[in-house]
Amino acid sequence: MARLQEHEGKALFKIAGMPIPQGDVARTPEEARKIAEKIGKPVVIKIQIWAGGRGKAGGVKFADTPAEAEKITASLLGATIKGLLVEKVLVEEKLAIEKEYYAGIIVNAQADARCPVVMFSTEGGMDIESVPADKIALMNVDVIRGFKIYDALNLANELKVPSQYINQVARLIFGLYETFKNYGARLIEINPVVVTKEGKVLAGDCRISIDDSAVIRHPELGIEVAREASTPPTELDRIAWWVEEKDLRGTCYFAEMNNEIQDREVFGTIGYHGMGGGGAMLGVDGLNKQGMKVANFADTSGNPPASKVYRAAKMVFSQPGIDGYMLGGFMAANQEQWHHAHGVVKALREELPKRPGFPVVLLLAGNKEKESLEILREGTKDLNARIRIYGGDRVYDTEGLAAEMKEMVLEYKKEKNG
Amino acid sequence: MAILLTKTTKVVIQGITGREGSMRAKFMRRLGTNVVAGVTPGRGGEEVDGIPVYNTIKDAVKKQGLFDVTVTFIPGTGLKEAIFEALDSDIKWAVMPVERVPLYDILEMVAYGKRKGAMLLGPGSIGINSPGIGALGWLGGSVEFSNKHFVPGHVGVISRSGGQSGTLPYVIARAGLGVSTVIHVGTEPVTGMSFADILPLFQEDPETDAVAIFGEMGGSHEEEAAQLVKSGRFTKPIIIYVSGAWAPAGMKFSHASAIVERGSGSTQDKITRLRDAGIIVVDNPNEIPQRLLELKKQGKLRVK
Repeated sequence: MARLQEHEGKALFKIAGMPIPQGDVARTPEEARKIAEKIGKPVVIKIQIWAGGRGKAGGVKFADTPAEAEKITASLLGATIKGLLVEKVLVEEKLAIEKEYYAGIIVNAQADARCPVVMFSTEGGMDIESVPADKIALMNVDVIRGFKIYDALNLANELKVPSQYINQVARLIFGLYETFKNYGARLIEINPVVVTKEGKVLAGDCRISIDDSAVIRHPELGIEVAREASTPPTELDRIAWWVEEKDLRGTCYFAEMNNEIQDREVFGTIGYHGMGGGGAMLGVDGLNKQGMKVANFADTSGNPPASKVYRAAKMVFSQPGIDGYMLGGFMAANQEQWHHAHGVVKALREELPKRPGFPVVLLLAGNKEKESLEILREGTKDLNARIRIYGGDRVYDTEGLAAEMKEMVLEYKKEKNG
Repeated sequence: MAILLTKTTKVVIQGITGREGSMRAKFMRRLGTNVVAGVTPGRGGEEVDGIPVYNTIKDAVKKQGLFDVTVTFIPGTGLKEAIFEALDSDIKWAVMPVERVPLYDILEMVAYGKRKGAMLLGPGSIGINSPGIGALGWLGGSVEFSNKHFVPGHVGVISRSGGQSGTLPYVIARAGLGVSTVIHVGTEPVTGMSFADILPLFQEDPETDAVAIFGEMGGSHEEEAAQLVKSGRFTKPIIIYVSGAWAPAGMKFSHASAIVERGSGSTQDKITRLRDAGIIVVDNPNEIPQRLLELKKQGKLRVK
């Protein structure tokens, strides 16, 4: 997973020589007490999960004594906050806050930019998107030239940061850029940059997403699944990543997801096996329009062997509560489609006998289409299930196929419940 | 005519001796592309399908003169070096069918390319295909598939998806129409050429009457295209589909570029802007050939 937790990000800040509050990670209440004892003053206890808005969700608490830190930590560990299990907390010295700033770097992909953008704001502690434009200083960085310390000074100066801490603020922004560059981040933020009553400037929080493609260069980060998502990888996500890493022929992308459908009735949940990034996304659009949710997003493409396709199909089927399976080949593939046909047939022959009447829609189009459809027909003809098989004439009929799926799902559910 | 690629465009392939490089070199040649040299360090003096291989581009230039375009079959983490080498050898166009390229590397090569006045297609682009002229990358798949489904005609095609850049020509051919040039911008989070860089080329191309586009959520290709049309710099009909209306923010799919972040790049927002610019946005890609046939009926799109 390419998103780092606060304490992991702060460890990188430390390497870059950026000041961070004194503190450490605790996995048990006793550890929290020991850290608080070592700090020797009131502490803040912050749950370490990926979600933002931890404070509002009750995941940030203060403790005046080590005993209190232990008690609070005991109440936080094991809790589920924002849908995520709390397994560790960061115990840090409580800062006497004088002022809060914001510093962040994103990549602007627009044609007139295509570069990192360094952002600084005097309005720290709030969502940067709600800060008015005149309170944000921006700089598009020419990566060939690099980012200089005086660039950071100019950003801070533009928003009238007092001279007494402008050097410290600039160092922090400069360190942020170094970390962004050295670790191949896609996004990095300190919100807030804290100016303490004693006049010290520190990184109060930290958010970093490492670019998936840069993960390979940084084994020291211990990133398990190099795929960006809003939630931690599930067991199935991990297995899918393992399949991908073990066999580099073609791609096997798999992610469980919470597919929300607005403004319409939901009729069922589909185990979704798409092909090709664009085509796979197309199919989900069609299903959603027909009031069908997907349990997952999967994509096998780039000419994977049948074994990889089979594994992807098995993962799709292993999800509880699915009402149908769709092989969404909404593309005229250049690859020979019979590898997909073979892989899927094997999975269907194992899975369908466990689920009589199960709805299945299979679409394959493009190279060796005729042969592939024949494999699908021949391989599934004796199975007791609702199976529809289509080719190139339906390649863009996403809604039509979704409508057929919906009809079968309704029948299947009625049969099962009736 | 078509855009960018001609029968005489002089092509060098970096990474020509690899599995992909050698296979795609043959594919490109069979489609008529003028591939004249290849580069793989340590393999200088060999040949691939009759194409001479050099250790460096500099050496290739010394023997054969300047090249118009390089096609790179290089692993993602090595691409930056290859592109700098090409740019330093005065190559002004690169086609990069390479995925998993570290983002900061992309930013560096794009910045250097801009400085050198070069066009970079990709990374993550499977390439470009102009039926009857040739192809760069692997768009078209196999010679048989390309010849059958990429029919010469007057629709320019741009896609953000590799698979769909093969599918649009397929459904266009099924509708009895054809394509001038098909181009895939690439799936990486930042690409060197976007819709707004390609549309002006189609505007200038007398063989292109209309453009069909497969868009998706994330990035800013669609917004920039809308801006271009609004400002009057592109005046031919555009028919576009934008996928991913359902996609949750912050989740990255198998296309690295398809991520909705920081409140921008949502499909709904893109559709609003495109429609506002007067562009035809279809709800289902099925409608793309239908709308093209309507243009034909109105006399705005030639068949042959």
